[in-house]
Amino acid sequence: MNIQTILFILLSILSVGSALMMMLSKNPVKSILWLIVVFFSISGHYVLLNAQFLAVVNIIVYAGAIMVLFLFVVMLMNLNADNEPVKNYRLRLIAIISGGSLLLVLLSAFMNVQQANPVLLKTGDGGLIHVLGMTLFTKYVLPFEISSVLFLSAMVGAVVIGKKDS
Amino acid sequence: MNGILLNIDWPFLIEKLVLIAIVVSISLVVAMYTTFAERKVAGLLQDRPGPNRAGPFGILQPLADGMKLFFKEEIIPNFSSKALFVLGPGLAMLTAIMTSAVIPWGDKIILPGGREMQLQIADVNIGILYVFAVVSLGVYGIMVGAWASNNKYSLMGGLRAASQIISYELALGLSLIALLMFTGTLSLKEMVVQQQQGGWGGLLSWNILKQPLGFFIFLVCAFAECNRTPFDLPEAENELIGGYHTEYSSMKLGFYLFSEYVNMFISSAVMVTLFFGGYDIPFLNEANLAVNTAAILGVVAFFIKIACFLFLFIWVRWTIPRFRYDQLMHLGWRIMIPLALFNMMATGAAILFFNK
Repeated sequence: MNIQTILFILLSILSVGSALMMMLSKNPVKSILWLIVVFFSISGHYVLLNAQFLAVVNIIVYAGAIMVLFLFVVMLMNLNADNEPVKNYRLRLIAIISGGSLLLVLLSAFMNVQQANPVLLKTGDGGLIHVLGMTLFTKYVLPFEISSVLFLSAMVGAVVIGKKDS
Repeated sequence: MNGILLNIDWPFLIEKLVLIAIVVSISLVVAMYTTFAERKVAGLLQDRPGPNRAGPFGILQPLADGMKLFFKEEIIPNFSSKALFVLGPGLAMLTAIMTSAVIPWGDKIILPGGREMQLQIADVNIGILYVFAVVSLGVYGIMVGAWASNNKYSLMGGLRAASQIISYELALGLSLIALLMFTGTLSLKEMVVQQQQGGWGGLLSWNILKQPLGFFIFLVCAFAECNRTPFDLPEAENELIGGYHTEYSSMKLGFYLFSEYVNMFISSAVMVTLFFGGYDIPFLNEANLAVNTAAILGVVAFFIKIACFLFLFIWVRWTIPRFRYDQLMHLGWRIMIPLALFNMMATGAAILFFNK
């Protein structure tokens, strides 16, 4: 057992534990904070795989931007455990069944996945920024540009919807 | 079990831990004396002596302030969520200190055993992105504390802080892209090394000369990210009582106030590293000196540059009045971001034109 394995186990416990806490905590603000911990531990996993760029971008985009907006919305709407509507029994049953079947599908998919080669840990340079940049802007340049146009259109759409008088 | 312990590079680990301890304590001490400098400079600008009772020239004033904060009664509001209320100031402090990990404080020094030690905690190849990530997390300390206070003024302050920091982050990132386009690296250490070689004693290769507009945008955004006047809307006293820290007392309030100064110190360090050559001493060829002497002189030069920036932060605070909130947003979205975009395109065009 080397240090990377120990770190991997610790990070996995942290990510699974905080994911559970995210679902189990009644207060939406606490849920969001636990979700941020999940993103951090996932970034830790990326660092273990020597994908530093992905790790940092994960934190910038998810923990730094999207979760702030989540927190924003929750705070403005003042969601609390007290005024959350109680869902009825039938709705809960349906939720359990659909969630369970999703879990089943995911499990069966992951059962067939080959186990990652542990030799790749900390050695591959696929996640470093030079390699990533070269790949993105040569091999995948068209999908990259198309997705950026998609983002632009989403932005324009948000501005159009957000404008009061039109 | 023994095998595990042997597999760890112990000297490396100890070296890094010592370095972390030193860097954190230096950041805190500098922040402590920045509060003192702030009051002294305010006194200078307003033609009054400033604090001069505690110790010679009032030099012990920060200690007295700290003691006072420690001994104040600690109040946790009844209707607040306790864990988050305590977490808020801690998060603010944590994110303020975390950035110091990637800043190159100096060149390498050679320890007595012949071991080389880099005066940088981690030279990751995405240094500047790491800084950016931590900056984007800085808002959580304020938001969590503000929400946990269960007070309308606090919440308003927290929301203001969040929208302000998100807005100025964009311009901050865009102004950096222009810089990164010609440095070609994200590692802060490499940027400093690049700025050491150049004409006129190395001064000509400082990035400020290549990116004056980028630096200006970065500076304004740094003020906004630190919640410093003229952008200290989140704690505007006359509108929001005390903003996000209205309900805080004792050392928890102290942590909030103190994290602002740590933020100032760290963002000064980042600006010096990015635009003013880091630990580079102009008109001095570091290669001619002994390695250790050069490193120590470099660290001293770095801190002198940082001190100039800290003075600028204080000077601006006591000179320029606070913006109105809509003016702040207007400046961020309608002026800073287009300016940064223009700067990016101009830099790209210049690189294409001159590198033919």
